Amino acid sequence: MKKEKKWPEDWQEVNPGCMVFRPGSAREYHTGSWRAQRPVYDNSRCIKCGVCYIFCPEGCISQDADGYFVADLDYCKGCGICAHECWPGAITMVEEG
Amino acid sequence: MSERIGMEIALAAAEAVALCRPDVIAAYPITPNTHVPEHLSDIVAEGRLDADFICVESEHSALSACCGASGAGARAFTATSSQGLLYMAEVVPIVSSMRLPVVMIIGNRALSGPINIWNDHSDIMSQRDAGWISMFAANGQEVVDMAVQSFKIAEHRDVMLPVNLNLDGFQLTHVVEPMMFPNQEEVDAFLPEYKPYAAVHPDNIVSMGTLALPEIFNECMKANDEVLKGSKKVILEVWKEWEEKFGRSYKPVESYRTEGAEVLLFAIGSMAETAEVAVDQLRDKGMKVGLLKLRLWRPFPFEELREAVKGAKVVAVLDRAVSFGGPGGPVFSEVRSALYDEKDRPMIISEIIGLGGRDVPVGDFVKIAEKAARVAKTGPEEEYEIFGVRGS
Amino acid sequence: MNIVENFDLYAPRLVDKEEHFSAGHRACQGCGEALAIRLMCKALGKDTVIVNATGCMEVISTMYPTTAWNLPWIHVAFPNSASVGAGVEAGLKVLRRKGKIADRKVKTVCIGGDGGTFDIGLQALSGAMERGHDLLYVCFDNEAYMNTGIQRSGATPFGASTTTNPTGAASQGKNEWKKNIAEIIAAHNVPYIATACHSYPLDFMNKVKKAREVEGPSYIHCLTVCPTGWRTASEETIKLGRLAVETGVFPLYEIEEGKYRMTVKPDKLRSVEDYLKPQGRFRHLTPDSIQKIQDRVIMEYNKLLDKVENLHSWDELKG
Repeated sequence: MKKEKKWPEDWQEVNPGCMVFRPGSAREYHTGSWRAQRPVYDNSRCIKCGVCYIFCPEGCISQDADGYFVADLDYCKGCGICAHECWPGAITMVEEG
Repeated sequence: MSERIGMEIALAAAEAVALCRPDVIAAYPITPNTHVPEHLSDIVAEGRLDADFICVESEHSALSACCGASGAGARAFTATSSQGLLYMAEVVPIVSSMRLPVVMIIGNRALSGPINIWNDHSDIMSQRDAGWISMFAANGQEVVDMAVQSFKIAEHRDVMLPVNLNLDGFQLTHVVEPMMFPNQEEVDAFLPEYKPYAAVHPDNIVSMGTLALPEIFNECMKANDEVLKGSKKVILEVWKEWEEKFGRSYKPVESYRTEGAEVLLFAIGSMAETAEVAVDQLRDKGMKVGLLKLRLWRPFPFEELREAVKGAKVVAVLDRAVSFGGPGGPVFSEVRSALYDEKDRPMIISEIIGLGGRDVPVGDFVKIAEKAARVAKTGPEEEYEIFGVRGS
Repeated sequence: MNIVENFDLYAPRLVDKEEHFSAGHRACQGCGEALAIRLMCKALGKDTVIVNATGCMEVISTMYPTTAWNLPWIHVAFPNSASVGAGVEAGLKVLRRKGKIADRKVKTVCIGGDGGTFDIGLQALSGAMERGHDLLYVCFDNEAYMNTGIQRSGATPFGASTTTNPTGAASQGKNEWKKNIAEIIAAHNVPYIATACHSYPLDFMNKVKKAREVEGPSYIHCLTVCPTGWRTASEETIKLGRLAVETGVFPLYEIEEGKYRMTVKPDKLRSVEDYLKPQGRFRHLTPDSIQKIQDRVIMEYNKLLDKVENLHSWDELKG
């Protein structure tokens, strides 16, 4: 009963009480499809401060191997907060094609 | 060994619940149920029960706190009546759909308005469809026994549903009776420690109370319905075990002197004991009359009911609640519906008695039985009758 | 462009990287409340149980069969976050006492929106605070019933237009001032109360950490910007939170055992117009109304400064 399930389930497969035993499973839904614009990073201006990371409501910004920050486009909704808050101006919002 | 003690039934209910070692009790006082949580808080204060008694600020919070405690994996209990039950009504169907085995004792009292603190069944009848297991007790012994049984039924892994145990306000709660109490060892042997299916704790992460889209909601409802219906099997097993251990038997529908009965009275709760006296009197006069007592309300005991009315010509269902402008008594409607497709079904009439604590003496039951015998020959006189109203 | 209000510019990199509130939740773009939840969870850590009232956050995070929560979580109904939390806290306490669960502290944290805190949930909150349960209650205040479509609540500020007090020929939006919930909770003798905002993330997270350590009830009131309900641009969420603090509309302070302390003190308050202008919900305000709001903000701010200066902690008052 506590394993991967298909959607939508048969009534016998629904967890008792509609409980969900898979923490963080919301990641199965890629909110990146909502985007109208995308953040583009100019690493030459990035000072690796982490302000974009701390202010992302999705928590989809993380550091790459070199320490520069990059948004996970599977989840980025294109709200533009990171670009707005980046004080060296290293992030620009670009319209999705 | 069990001990025979005389005490007020509400206090006895509290003692029985205390024997079940609840972890969290959250309750709000309301007449006539107040003595149940009050005595439990006495027991906790005396150090006889290791539990947390939360003096919540409303009944809504009482049942909500029980949800939280049960969700955390603790054994939770609450008690209320009438307006209190309606105040927590928002949470009532949520407890059952979240599969939390909370036990609640309801001291049945009339719903307001006008405000009336005395006994009738309108409070529990308003929560018929909420998905709880629901049982009625007719005397003090049944209250003690069924209080302990409720926890075992609720927590069974095939059930995991909340249970409400109904006893008549004042008629039972404030009455002193002698009762046999099992001792702590016997209850511990009968009722094992609660092992929750899931609990909110970081060691095993779960999200409880999620949102169900229309795509899945019907399946959730079907699943819950099947669980409630299937719980009857567990209830019968628990009752069988109780009979083996303590010698007292429990059935979904109890019968009294129904052999060869043509007229049946169908009673719910403590009124059944008074009706028994009426049945005895009428039997002495030669009338073929018997009595059925409803014990298991939800899941509805279809098979037992159909079996119990075989051979009768008329059944008078004695509700203690009325569905205004509707088909009459709630239990009557369900009994009639359950028997509709039977090939040889008796006539079923609705007599609503004792609303708001009105005394129903033996003579009234005699009159109703005689009326039932009469209409069995002449046909029903009305949709339903609120019995004993002056001016009618 | 304003630099982050505190000196720890590089501190975000030192914050716990683990996301207890995962991406994939269905909040609007630029949702301040989702950000605040994410930050709160970072400050709380693993040994937490979240009790959630019905509202935006509950709906967007737990659509069966998925959940965005990497923490144990329970939701029951709208008005009872605090009472369910009281039950969870009592249940965990008893189970730990009886040795049925691990012997370590697991904090119960109740969260709710302004609807579930100021209005429908006020009774349960008051009861739980008065009974002294060891729980932290965090109110995420976006100043209206956002989940049902931006209706007015007790937290809606004066002059704001919502769907149940909209502007029109006969109305100028909400005609009543915002309820001061922190003061109501202070009257319950709660040992730790704080106001916070997601635009000051480290200040917020420090307060959450502090509240978590309190043995008893604690309350944090977090202002969260809602671009959908406030009719603002989604990228301005952080900026607006900052403006709320810089104009004195939403001062950030703590009440620790009766002692008031400002945690972010702007040198000079900006004019409230800077805060009101970017928001569509205040678009209709006349200069008179703006002045009324400005006067009131100054009065409330001075009232707070007065308390900071003159009120003593419970210890100091023992005599």
